[in-house]
Amino acid sequence: MAVSQLVGAKIHRREDPRLITGHGRYTDDLTRTGLVHLAVVRSPHAHARIKSIGVEAAKKSPGVLGVFTAQDFKDIIAGPATHPVAPVFAPDKKVNPPRYPIAREEVCYQGEPVAVVVAEQRYQAADAAQLVDVEYDPLPAVMEIEEAMKPGSPKAHTDQPDNIAWDATYVPWEATEEAFKTADVVVKQRILQRRLSPNAIESRVVMAEYDPFDKRLTMWMSTQNPHWIRLFVSGALGMGEHSVRVVSHDVGGGFGSKISPYPEDYLVPAVSKLVERPVKWTETRTEAVQNAYAGRGQIYDVEASAKKDGTLLGMRVTQLLDCGAYIGTFGAFQTCACLLAGGAYKWKAISSRSIGVLTNKITTDPYRGAGRPEATHVAERMIDLLAVELKMDPVELRRKNFPAKEEFPFTQNFGLVMDSGDYNASLDKALKLFGYDQMRREQAEARKQGKLVGIGLSTWIEICGLGPGAVTGPATGGVVLSESAQVKVHPAGGVSIYVGTHNHGQGNDTTHAQIAADALGVPIEQIDIRHGDTNEGPGFGYGTYGSRTLAVGGVAINRACAKVVEKGKKVAAHILEAAEEDIVFDQGKFHVKGAPDKSKAFGEVAFAAYGQLPAGLEQGLEAVAYFEPPNFVWPFGAHICAVEVDAETGNAQITKYVAVDDCGNIINPMIVDGQLHGGIAQSIGQALYEEMVYDQDGQLRSATFLDYTIPSMNEIPNIQLDRTITPSPTNELGVKGIGEAGTIAATAAIINAICDAVSPLGIKHVDMPATPDRLWNQIKEARK
Amino acid sequence: MKHKVAVTINGRKHEHEVEARLLLVHYLRDVVGLTGTHIGCDTSQCGACTIHVDGKAIKSCTMFAVQADGRNLTTIEGLAKEGKLHPIQQAFWDEHGLQCGYCTPGFIMAAAYLLEQNPNPTEDEIRRGLEGNLCRCTGYVNIVKSVQSAAKVMGGASTTAGRSAVTAGGE
Ligand code: FES
Ligand code: FES
Repeated sequence: MAVSQLVGAKIHRREDPRLITGHGRYTDDLTRTGLVHLAVVRSPHAHARIKSIGVEAAKKSPGVLGVFTAQDFKDIIAGPATHPVAPVFAPDKKVNPPRYPIAREEVCYQGEPVAVVVAEQRYQAADAAQLVDVEYDPLPAVMEIEEAMKPGSPKAHTDQPDNIAWDATYVPWEATEEAFKTADVVVKQRILQRRLSPNAIESRVVMAEYDPFDKRLTMWMSTQNPHWIRLFVSGALGMGEHSVRVVSHDVGGGFGSKISPYPEDYLVPAVSKLVERPVKWTETRTEAVQNAYAGRGQIYDVEASAKKDGTLLGMRVTQLLDCGAYIGTFGAFQTCACLLAGGAYKWKAISSRSIGVLTNKITTDPYRGAGRPEATHVAERMIDLLAVELKMDPVELRRKNFPAKEEFPFTQNFGLVMDSGDYNASLDKALKLFGYDQMRREQAEARKQGKLVGIGLSTWIEICGLGPGAVTGPATGGVVLSESAQVKVHPAGGVSIYVGTHNHGQGNDTTHAQIAADALGVPIEQIDIRHGDTNEGPGFGYGTYGSRTLAVGGVAINRACAKVVEKGKKVAAHILEAAEEDIVFDQGKFHVKGAPDKSKAFGEVAFAAYGQLPAGLEQGLEAVAYFEPPNFVWPFGAHICAVEVDAETGNAQITKYVAVDDCGNIINPMIVDGQLHGGIAQSIGQALYEEMVYDQDGQLRSATFLDYTIPSMNEIPNIQLDRTITPSPTNELGVKGIGEAGTIAATAAIINAICDAVSPLGIKHVDMPATPDRLWNQIKEARK
Repeated sequence: MKHKVAVTINGRKHEHEVEARLLLVHYLRDVVGLTGTHIGCDTSQCGACTIHVDGKAIKSCTMFAVQADGRNLTTIEGLAKEGKLHPIQQAFWDEHGLQCGYCTPGFIMAAAYLLEQNPNPTEDEIRRGLEGNLCRCTGYVNIVKSVQSAAKVMGGASTTAGRSAVTAGGE
């Protein structure tokens, strides 16, 4: 086993030189000879019947090559299979409206495509799109989850029986009867998770070129998972996967919004087929806020019970999930909140149920954390509400109910096996870093002066590293979320590694190379990491999401490297004239056992691998590995936040933020910290500022960065990080995931701190986003 | 109707006939082919399109190409001189000031102007000075650090006044 040299080191990112000099290759930076531009005509109504579409004026507009509507795509795009829905709970699925990339008779959300215009130039396409004359018959829009659930509510789709997408009970209410009957305290709370707009700073871009002679399609796009897109698009266009190539170079952020297929992923290549020119579509920010698959959008009704001494007993959770107009391809993943709502604690019993509801809004789908931030928020809020009732310090209540370090692997209430953890260790470290006791004393002093200051905790856990086939296979409809890697060692010793994951800021080009450099014992400069091109590498790649890239993809790289080393041993045995079992591989050298100077360097073995070999030994030094993890991985940590609420303005100021997180072994600490900073910032956005606001007719009123306020530099406070390291037993690298951790953890710490701050006024709960006007009103009400 | 623009970009002269309504950022990207300047919004909020016009940082989506006629522009591609990174570029690399990198050219151009105006900014001044640029990946923590470290290298005395840099642990 090579001594680890690069794993764990702060290696500067290899992808940066091009990005800091303006030489990145984001999709909109690319062009093709003869490129034309596409603009989408979208429904201004949330719900309406299309009466007619007048295209003549648009067709005559300068530079226009064509205007196309649903009619024109009938024979080109097979629908509605274009927007498959992962059958997470097929038996419980009630209403699953078919979705086409372009509306036929009825539009069901504001922004749904009704026509596309293609023109020689960007501005010409935009001009002509304005001239498409669509006549609508407006229909009542269903905007609120609970309204939509009522019998007799208007329907999000007129041809469907009702608005209930699914109604799934995981554990029935009877199972928690005992836990509530024997309880000393019971708390109840409704908790809101507003709709969020992901807003990667690079919006989506799709460019496609169909070659009518070779019948090949190439697509360049901003996506988190090129292979999935190839699978969907090739199927919809009736082409084999072998004739479709999806290329994705640099991607300007994803956060979940670039996983599932979008209408334009089908429309752009289809139009390229129709006009026989390469076609590009670049989404505007307004289009992105309106049409990127939204996050969250849920209501939780929760009850929790405990004994006087703080022993947790039961929890009952109902999740009402706003699916939007169509169930998202991976939208039902967010129901995982129902299985994780118990958080880091031991409960006697938990019951949960999820109801998916259709509304006339854009679809919801996984957004950074997807279900896990919601679960954390539920668990951590309920713990704090119980602590208030029990008059216990929230730290003590948490500690009392953690599984002990020795109890891992720990099977939680829903049968999921938490692989490793030491929840007290991260909490202890965080308390110390925060100066908890001192801060509590200062809080007591400040309160005497009438200040609204609060402290909030979030001892979060996460399930990630999707995922074991037994769970992910049935959930996706057959595709197991394993991961692939191919390692090719060229004759002169250079190494090309192709991975099925992708990179949209996570720094994988660097961390993956660190893993391979150690596994092969070659200098990192000799290794090239490649991804984002379906014509390269293994047959399928599963993509980057769900904090899986390292814990699944990284392990696949390690295994492919191990296979290469095994083959290398055979070759080395031949050139060293020794028996294969006597060959030792160490630090990039193959030597004969007991004779370290009888050795061959990695490069020499690589060269020999392409030369003359004994009978039965094939030339070449390369390998493919697929890694299907036996379990999920379970990062955890403790976040502590201090806030001061200004009673006069309602402004909540974060005055201190401390996070101690544990993601198992670490490949590159610099990158881990960066992921946490970004995740926490996104969570601050959700806790304090962000919300997609619609009016009752379904018009999005927060459709630009003016109204949908993602935090700027001024809104993000000082964040202090530290970590503990509890290796994962799930994979040989001992790694977990960190991409979503900050987002999963932070909202609960912030909102708990705000609730603590305003508790002297008798306020028990504050919902997100805790904007100044909301808080100000709540304070005003409380003071009445 | 087309209008003539003659501009100097990164020291090189360019002349084109363009529509009056063509945004400067589209001119740079689609006409001149300098795609390092990005577009992140349509309401002048994100700063991804920041360049220098006659030495001043501006959002190139708020200007028409014709308004740049006769002016001297610097884009991200023109910041590194003779193959040597500008200290701010180097600092973004060293301090992990970028993740997806999409906002980065805008931040670097805005920071370059900030440090020119104020070589020795406090953390609060950095935050106020760059609030017109949005990043969705980094939480800004390492961007602030990058600007601080560039200021140090470029000769402004370092300062820890205002909010202090964030500490990372456990290395
Ligand atoms: S693109 Fe210019 S400010 Fe956003
Ligand atoms: S690094 Fe991705 S938006 Fe800033």
